[in-house]
Amino acid sequence: MAVSEEPTYTSTSSESMGGSEILRVEDLHTSFFLPIGELQAVRGVSFSLKRGRSLGIVGESGSGKSVLARSIMCLNLGSNVKTSGSAFFDGRDLLSLSRREMRRLWGTEIAMIFQDPMTSLNPMVKIGRQVIEHLRQHKNVNRREAKQTALDLLNEVRIPEAESRIDRLPHELSGGMRQRVSIASALACEPSLLFADEPTTALDVTVQHQILNLLSREQRQRNMTMVMVTHDLGVIAGRTDDTLVMYAGKVVEQASTDEIFEKTQHPYTEALMRSIPRTTHASHTPLAAITGRPPVATHLPAGCAFSPRCPYVQPKCHEEDPPLVSIGTSGHKSACWYPVGSDANREAFERNLSDRLPQTLAVAESLDADQSSGIPAGLPDGGIA
Amino acid sequence: MSKMLAIRLMRLVVTVIVVSFVTFVGTNVLPGDPVNALIPIDAQQDREFVEQIREEWGLNDPMVVRYGRWLGDAVQGDLGRSLVTGQPVTDEITHRLPITFELMAVAVGFSLLIAVPLGAFTGYREGRRSDRLISGLAQAGLSLPVFVTGLILIYVFALRLHWFPAVGWNRLSDGLGPNLKSVALPALSLAITEIAVYTRVLRSDMIATLKENYILSARAKGLTDRFILFRHGLRPSLLTLVTVVGLNIGFLIGGSLVIEYLFAIPGLGKRLFSAIQQRDFMMVQAITVLITVFYVIVNTATDLVYMVVDPRIRRTN
Repeated sequence: MAVSEEPTYTSTSSESMGGSEILRVEDLHTSFFLPIGELQAVRGVSFSLKRGRSLGIVGESGSGKSVLARSIMCLNLGSNVKTSGSAFFDGRDLLSLSRREMRRLWGTEIAMIFQDPMTSLNPMVKIGRQVIEHLRQHKNVNRREAKQTALDLLNEVRIPEAESRIDRLPHELSGGMRQRVSIASALACEPSLLFADEPTTALDVTVQHQILNLLSREQRQRNMTMVMVTHDLGVIAGRTDDTLVMYAGKVVEQASTDEIFEKTQHPYTEALMRSIPRTTHASHTPLAAITGRPPVATHLPAGCAFSPRCPYVQPKCHEEDPPLVSIGTSGHKSACWYPVGSDANREAFERNLSDRLPQTLAVAESLDADQSSGIPAGLPDGGIA
Repeated sequence: MSKMLAIRLMRLVVTVIVVSFVTFVGTNVLPGDPVNALIPIDAQQDREFVEQIREEWGLNDPMVVRYGRWLGDAVQGDLGRSLVTGQPVTDEITHRLPITFELMAVAVGFSLLIAVPLGAFTGYREGRRSDRLISGLAQAGLSLPVFVTGLILIYVFALRLHWFPAVGWNRLSDGLGPNLKSVALPALSLAITEIAVYTRVLRSDMIATLKENYILSARAKGLTDRFILFRHGLRPSLLTLVTVVGLNIGFLIGGSLVIEYLFAIPGLGKRLFSAIQQRDFMMVQAITVLITVFYVIVNTATDLVYMVVDPRIRRTN
């Protein structure tokens, strides 16, 4: 990888800057070979992450964000999955490690929290034991010591009356409590890199907020590096240092989280932001959904994968896939021929509007709604949990 | 828990009464006079003698009265006398029951001992060569009738290798060694089909369980494959197996009938068969009731095993 391609983020948040690189992913590809054909879930993703920082990976369902996280962890098991490229963790390429070597990193150096705490905890095993078994696998501790550590962890993730809850089964706890148990288990062996795969998607909104706060707090206190995978830009807003927006298995935009929100470059990122509901909208304002569906990964469109849904689409977009290029000097990168805010983008919009392209008309409509409520388009108003 | 057992006990009593009554009626409406079992053919022409016998055995009373009398005696442990041998049915049953019971227990125990690791392993190795080989063998074992496997085992292990006796039975009182030797082949013949069934059932549940998210999250904790397989995979995969084992123990009574004949084992199944042939109604009645009781007990035991396997069921009870 050329040095010039190295993302060098400048973030407005001053903390944990200048750390050493903990994770560098280079040209990662993951495909599933299915009876209907090859499903390219991840198509050439590269990024790097410094120790102690947090990265949000955002995209719709099927954008490849979860598969990316699992590919880095080598957790895509099965004979029909093929991963290529490299993922350097502390200088070691995870993708070239043996199962045995990988198992020594799983749970100790790299841990993962999954989406649904009901299904990611074994329903037949007491929650305490699910934390204890993790400790006993990797640390030379006896049963009593492990139980004490588990109790400390459960207390740390704010499970009230942990002593009485340690012998409960997962279904006897609420969703939020279950996710706290998953977090406690993931933190058990003090990993330096934590993947959180949609950690709050299955939870109530109020609980989501608490869990996200808990994760942010633990990440800061432990100086842990965190990768947060989510479909919800609202989850990472103001929480992660950097953001990576994925569409159809590719990175379409990457920058510091602040930049992503302030200087949105890619039409897909812009569309994601528009679809966040706002408290300032009049009630019953329809959500600005993105027209169309994400492409089926076995039959990707030619050119830019977002082109069939893009309000700024031009003939060039159907022919050539735009490369991920740096914009300015801040490490902001985007993959679009007609980036948001450029003159070419405005001209494309006008052209499509006069051609009465359905997705362009839909955007124009929601812009009108925004103007009538006095909100500039494309900017979240902070009314997000 | 105790409430559940009390309900089960009540259900057992009701079931036994219903089944025994239906059997009683059934054997009585069948053509053929039980007297014919009691006296020699030439004496059957003697009307007076027949009448005397009927009176003596209470066969002239209405059916309901006879059933009530049987039930009253049965509650006190007296199941009547065999119409053929004249011996108390209870004695014969207590003599034969342990044999059938031992045969079934050894067969089920042995098949579980083999099938549980085999099912877990093949589920874990789904689609690999080892899985295809074992699953293929299981399919073959499943399609072999029990008397064929029995004959093959007799030929190989008794007639050729002389490891085990071909037929007959040694009681436990004759020593553990001879007893185990005589139970080995018949139990194995019964077990082969059972192993095939249990392996397949566990394998398919195991495959489903191993796709669960908590298996993935256990992997992400760095737990070893064996730990994941037996600590996280096995327990949630056992429920279907428990159900099938419970049902199959019932069917085994039928299977053991064939095996008892083949190996000349003086068990209950063999006796039931001859009793039906000889129209020994008292014996048929008693053995049927016994099988019923056994069935209900196995069912209750199955439910208790569910509780052992799945702590969620334990907690809600």
